[in-house]
Amino acid sequence: MTNLKRMLLFAGLALGATLLFASVGDGAWMDKVPEKDRSRQNPFDSQSDAVAAGAKLFHQNCASCHGSEAAGKYNHPDLHSEHIRNATPGQLEWLLKNGSMKNGMPPWSRLPEQQRWQIVSFLKSLQ
Amino acid sequence: MSCPWSKFGAALLCLASLLVFPGRSHAQENYFITYTQHMEEPGNLEISTKFVNGFPKAGNSFLANSTEFEIGLKTWWTTEIYLDSQTTANESSVFTGFRFENRFRPLLKEHWINPVLYVEFENINGANKSLLEVVGHDGIGDFLERNDRSEKKREVELKLILGSNFKGWNVSENFIAEKNIKNDPWEFGYAVAVSRPLALAASPNPCKLCRENFTLGAELYGGLGERYSFGLHDTSHYLAPTLAYYLPGGPTFTISPAAGLNSNSHGFLMRFGVTYEIDQFFSRLRGKK
Repeated sequence: MTNLKRMLLFAGLALGATLLFASVGDGAWMDKVPEKDRSRQNPFDSQSDAVAAGAKLFHQNCASCHGSEAAGKYNHPDLHSEHIRNATPGQLEWLLKNGSMKNGMPPWSRLPEQQRWQIVSFLKSLQ
Repeated sequence: MSCPWSKFGAALLCLASLLVFPGRSHAQENYFITYTQHMEEPGNLEISTKFVNGFPKAGNSFLANSTEFEIGLKTWWTTEIYLDSQTTANESSVFTGFRFENRFRPLLKEHWINPVLYVEFENINGANKSLLEVVGHDGIGDFLERNDRSEKKREVELKLILGSNFKGWNVSENFIAEKNIKNDPWEFGYAVAVSRPLALAASPNPCKLCRENFTLGAELYGGLGERYSFGLHDTSHYLAPTLAYYLPGGPTFTISPAAGLNSNSHGFLMRFGVTYEIDQFFSRLRGKK
């Protein structure tokens, strides 16, 4: 392989990686949520205690990366963003369950589904 | 030899870390032997100390310790190091070696069953009594000899970890293959576990003793012989209930009394441990905002 071909290959890979990570950081995960999950309703929607319970869970599990005000910390995203505001509860619950592992967000499937919905209630209350 | 320096060093390091870096995250330790599919969060450091207390009728009782430092390098890669030591009544307290392990999660989304690949190198000696896994023909006979560190064991251990979460339950299965780097045959073992928090939804009020902070479960583990004598003959097996309590903003405490299921097993083993997780340890070290 000539040097020019090597340089073109390297430049192509670098560009591809940049576009991939740019799309992930740009809320691209929202498009990956299956329709059946996207349309799911939060079972805690009408329960006033859910936001308080979600806030408690958020501080125990999420605040270390996203900050106690959910404003982002250590280069982790601010959750007062348009993406979170526009996401459906089902999309947020899907993100908590599956994470976005390429983007550094671990899956939170170890939390029971009820607790993930309580965190969704809290996230929606931020907007 | 009296208490090893490494034990004190590890204890001091733990204490210093706790004072300098207050943690917040909920450690994910529910079991003593069985691994789940859950990885350490990237950037977090988990410090854990686990004890096992054994009372062999024909030998001296012992208390073995494994102190573990676990780091989340990536969402899909966790690495950790263990320092092992033990004290045997009427004999001695000895350092018994170290283990270096890595876990890799190949699938980046949550599935109904989630595989994790585990690779470990152990450099331990014949006095090791940590019982972090049971493989081959391990049995109570290994614990009746006097502490002898002259036998060196350099072993490679592979595990296939499978884990599922369903309606608040965690079900985990581990298949173990271990080989002494010398010309010994592969030894096999298994561990399976199930657990569930006492409450699935969190209470809205801050509380130390909320039901969701307690996780109850059970583990079953044992040996499966070796390459030339695979099966249950001359192996040992244990059944152990487990209880984990997460103190919000603090450590997780775990306890597990294990009952031996056949004459080749210890009649009773008492396990207990404390785990503390330091959030974003390396970002804090670098003073990152």
